[in-house]
Amino acid sequence: MLILTCPCCGVTGEETEFHQGGEAHLKRFGPGSSDDDFHTYMFAKENPKGAHFERWRHNNGCGKWFIAARDTVTLEVYGTYPAQTHEPPQHIRDAITARRPGWTWREFA
Amino acid sequence: MSTRLAKGGRLLDKGRALNFTFNGKRLRGHPGDTLASALLANDQMLVGRSFKYHRPRGIVASGAEEPNALVGLGEGARFEPNQRATTTELFDGLTCISQNHWPSLDYDIGAVNTAFARFLPAGFYYKTFIHPRPFWKHVYEPFIRQSAGLGKAPNPGDPDRYEHFYAFCDVLVIGGGVAGLQAALAAAEAGARVMLIEQTAHWGGRAPVDGGEVGGQPTEEWIEATVAKLRDMPNVTLRLRCMGAGVYDHGYALGYERVSDHAPEADAPRHRLWRIRAGQIVTATGAIERPLSFAGNDVPGVMLASAVRDYAVNYGVSAGDRTVVVTNNDDAYRTAITLKQLGLEVPVILDARASGGGALADEARALGIRVENGKAIAKVKGSKRVEGVAICAQAGEGAVLEELKCDAIAMSGGWSPVVHLWSHCGGKLIWDSAQAHFRPDPANPPRGAKGEGFVSAAGAANGASDLAGVLTDADAAGKAAAKAVGHKPKTTAAPKGSQSVEAPMQAVWLMPQGAGIRLRMKSWLDYQNDVKVSDVQLAAREGYESVEHAKRYTTLGMATDQGKLSNINGLAILSDALNQPIPQTGTTTFRPPYTPISLSAIAGSARGEIFQPIRKTPIHDWHEDNGAHFEPVGQWRRPYCFPKGEESHRDAVNREINQTRARLGLLDASTLGKIIVKGPDAGKFLDMLYTNMMSTLKPGKCRYGLMCNENGFLVDDGVVARIDEDTFLCHTTTGGAESIHGHMEDWLQCEWWDWKVYTANVTEQYAQIAVVGPKARETLAKLTTDDLSNEALPFMGWADITLAGMPVRVYRISFSGELSYEIAVAASLGRALWDALLEAGAEHGVTPYGTEGLHVMRAEKGFIMIGDETDGTVIPQDLNMQWAISKKKDDYLGKRAQERSHMTDPNRWKLVGLETLDGSVLPDGAYATAAGHNANGQRNTQGRVTSTYFSPTLGRGIAMGLVHDGPDRIGEVIEFPKVDGGVVKTKIVDPVFYDKDGEKQNV
Amino acid sequence: MSDAVTALNGARYEGFATIEDQGLTGMITLRGDLASKEVKAAVKSAIGLAVPAQRQALTGDGAAALWMSPDELLLMCPYDKVGDTIAALEQALKGQHFLAVNVSDARCFMRISGRGAREVLAKVCPVDLSPDAFTPGMFRRTRMAQVPAAFWLDEAGAFHLVCFRSVADYAFDLLKASARPGGEVGLYA
Repeated sequence: MLILTCPCCGVTGEETEFHQGGEAHLKRFGPGSSDDDFHTYMFAKENPKGAHFERWRHNNGCGKWFIAARDTVTLEVYGTYPAQTHEPPQHIRDAITARRPGWTWREFA
Repeated sequence: MSTRLAKGGRLLDKGRALNFTFNGKRLRGHPGDTLASALLANDQMLVGRSFKYHRPRGIVASGAEEPNALVGLGEGARFEPNQRATTTELFDGLTCISQNHWPSLDYDIGAVNTAFARFLPAGFYYKTFIHPRPFWKHVYEPFIRQSAGLGKAPNPGDPDRYEHFYAFCDVLVIGGGVAGLQAALAAAEAGARVMLIEQTAHWGGRAPVDGGEVGGQPTEEWIEATVAKLRDMPNVTLRLRCMGAGVYDHGYALGYERVSDHAPEADAPRHRLWRIRAGQIVTATGAIERPLSFAGNDVPGVMLASAVRDYAVNYGVSAGDRTVVVTNNDDAYRTAITLKQLGLEVPVILDARASGGGALADEARALGIRVENGKAIAKVKGSKRVEGVAICAQAGEGAVLEELKCDAIAMSGGWSPVVHLWSHCGGKLIWDSAQAHFRPDPANPPRGAKGEGFVSAAGAANGASDLAGVLTDADAAGKAAAKAVGHKPKTTAAPKGSQSVEAPMQAVWLMPQGAGIRLRMKSWLDYQNDVKVSDVQLAAREGYESVEHAKRYTTLGMATDQGKLSNINGLAILSDALNQPIPQTGTTTFRPPYTPISLSAIAGSARGEIFQPIRKTPIHDWHEDNGAHFEPVGQWRRPYCFPKGEESHRDAVNREINQTRARLGLLDASTLGKIIVKGPDAGKFLDMLYTNMMSTLKPGKCRYGLMCNENGFLVDDGVVARIDEDTFLCHTTTGGAESIHGHMEDWLQCEWWDWKVYTANVTEQYAQIAVVGPKARETLAKLTTDDLSNEALPFMGWADITLAGMPVRVYRISFSGELSYEIAVAASLGRALWDALLEAGAEHGVTPYGTEGLHVMRAEKGFIMIGDETDGTVIPQDLNMQWAISKKKDDYLGKRAQERSHMTDPNRWKLVGLETLDGSVLPDGAYATAAGHNANGQRNTQGRVTSTYFSPTLGRGIAMGLVHDGPDRIGEVIEFPKVDGGVVKTKIVDPVFYDKDGEKQNV
Repeated sequence: MSDAVTALNGARYEGFATIEDQGLTGMITLRGDLASKEVKAAVKSAIGLAVPAQRQALTGDGAAALWMSPDELLLMCPYDKVGDTIAALEQALKGQHFLAVNVSDARCFMRISGRGAREVLAKVCPVDLSPDAFTPGMFRRTRMAQVPAAFWLDEAGAFHLVCFRSVADYAFDLLKASARPGGEVGLYA
């Protein structure tokens, strides 16, 4: 069972305090968007063997959503950060690079 | 025979006797005994029968690795099968029975299987019972089930209590032997918060039995002093009878504490499951001695050499009067020496090594014990008890050189570190050919949240072979663990351990090494599952080359002991048969728990009343007192109906509806979700959330709205009230309160975080009571001076008023089609308001109604219900609710998805009403058939029932459903097949069955 | 209002810790910019307390300010003063973006006291409740067995616990089972 640190309230808690919410940093496509863009946004989710950016909510805690960069193979948590951002912060990217040089993720790497 | 000695028994309180029974026989033991030691003290070597051949089985080991001595413990509700006698502490009044035999332990009919053993090899069941096919179900399976299964399940509920405990520490040390004690001490002295757990009731592990000195002190004294030192340290927690059951991700470990198994009369939890989160885990779990594979090694009286020594030293019990020792290493000599010193006979030590032993061998010889190098056991004599051995050369094929009488055999095939906990979470192993065992690979430990290795092994569990090595290793492990969590270890050296120097062991996987098939068929690997050397060899020949496949094919290492004794021997045989080195064969996967733990401990306190949370409204007690028949709605319990006396549920529902439509009904609607949405952007936000336009709603007014997910599918509905310019109150479905609040926060926090909107879930702040029926206004008027006229408070309006002296908010909304007021009051006043309404409505025969009445009335009105008309694949357009979808909005959640081709397909099934021609009630979920068959040869369908009820108002069955082209086919008759074969002819009608013009609600 | 009752209606249990209903208590959810001087001033004027730091509880005479999240406080005051307190907050925060809402009746408010209090909670919450780790004034929202809960520890060693009203019976029975004599763990007491 994982432990995560909520960047919003600072609690380091076990997985049962949190709820996973799928892939992070999705760009929303609404009315007017192409079928392809909407399809990709809605259904084509990243599922890497390695670093993954995922949304978590501290639902048995402060109630805030945040983003965790987590390795799907080793379960290492490269870091967590608040959800109010479109891209992972540099120090998180660096942490991933240290373990997995050459990693990629959609439009940023 | 096995018996209690005059001397020895360091763990016993010989001054007191304990009475217990085995298969009804009254026996005696002492405090400090395990059930196994007490049985042996009473010459009860035969303790059970094996799984497959029903062979007589005796006690083999002295600890958790015991495969044979499994008993049914206790009686009645406290009966528990498969309890290991070796880890069961004796208490006064203990009762137990042996397992897997009929009619009795001594005379077992199933033992006839052993005569057919050569017809029951590996895979026998798979090969034999496959033909003829129908026989499996009707003949083979019932028969096999009858004779299979180890032990019997207890029947009545468990009367004991159990609990969890969440513990946190820097360093968790698992195992309280010398290694664990030293590791804990080293970590604690560095300042780390240390938790040390030990599965038995004693500290020190096997060391006191093996002798030696630590830091110039006898080992036992050092153990006592170290425990005392640890006990005095405020940063150390010590727990006995607490087994490290499993190691999981990110430093999580389970400790299984058997709090009162040894004292069943105590008013205490029976088991406590420790849910431990540790920075570092040190597994000081010791090692397990391996049996040797020789013919007849399963005859009761053949035991592990270490166990024979344990019983003698710890419990003052001799396994036999004449014990032959057979070994491939020096350690077993300690058993011979111990026995001899206790005055027992050791006719011979058979050392398979041609070069023989070292200092310990010399010591044995000096005591006058005969030592034979390069010798082995060809065969054990006896069936229910060892009677003698036939001796041969290890190098040969088993030609008997000599026969000796003996009544016990102490065997040692070397030691395997207990690597289970290391391996549970991904720790890798390396093969140590010098000691012929797998030990933890320090380069590949389990990795934690930061990628750090978080488990280290210490002492014998790490492959250390002597006392000095164990202490040095454990000291280093404790210090390293403390350092890894940020503490500064002391620079003091580990205490020095000293013990006789041992000569190298030599791997012996088969005895004698050239044993022919007749011997191999009697050489057991797995005692519990009756797997022999020949079975594993057969599996290899038949192509089961993967160790995991061979395990499942032969059952080697399965069941309660999970191969603690048999694994290494088995995979060595497999490797040999496959002609590949042992590391290439590898091990099977080690999975938690280390030994079985009780299901009740896993459940903890979650049983009975607190099995799960039951959510109760402020009016719940009234419902309970008035005979409500409850139904679960999420975690809530809501009254389904309130049957009176002998009234059936259906009659009660009908009465409640009739009375509500005719006069006055009351509904406890407190479970409805209520969410405050406030801020300058609240209107804009709700416009995105709902398909309708909410920003144009006027304060004081209510509007019904639909909510979809981004996929376009309906997820919730409810009435929104605008409280003021900035503030809305959104009602959600009962089940949607938390999820819709979460949905709102999701979009606010993760997408539109610059919008100025705050939400608060105030669902439980209010009790909400629907006052429904033609007499609703009249009744409320008696309790208030505020104006509730249609002009002052029209349909879809709300107002704050005083009712029965209480401040309430009244929403004029209706889910029944009747004149209806939903009244929200502070939850603490909910019951008081309910009582006041009952009193005021008494003259109108006020009738509380339940969820079924609510459902029927809404269906009569054609109102949809989330979860009935919707199932996660339905969009508002399917329900003809285009009226609730704003065309003025550029965007709302789900809008883009609803533009996808499949969503706009004119062939989507649409909502209609359904009326059976015969007035019957359609089966729920029934499908309407269409002409022809689909690609799978199934009947084509053209619609399905989403809600179906008996309507007391109309006196007939009514239903709603989704039907192909439904709205264009009003009046057409379609057919719904029933489960019993008939069909129900059903007319497609408008879904509003009752008061289509709303004359009743708008008065 | 004499008819108002808590979900637990004054229940009390004495095991190796004492579990008791704290009775009707005014509670207000305040959402806003906790760092702003307006919110600080509003909280001060409404209940006489400062805005607590992250995961802290501040308590005063009949009042408490509890840190719920980066933009949310739970304020406590006497039950019959909730209306006035909300009015005071609204007055002080006029023109600001905020939310102040009465949740007094949506909660169950309990006290867990006695030497065993830490252990009683540690059986049901995945929180480090050792005296070194959990100190007076700390406030923690977490999971209590199967429901969300929040608590703080006071100087006298008692925990003050808030959970939802609908699960009050569950929470009380759960803590009761935790505190049943014979279940002392002997770790923190």
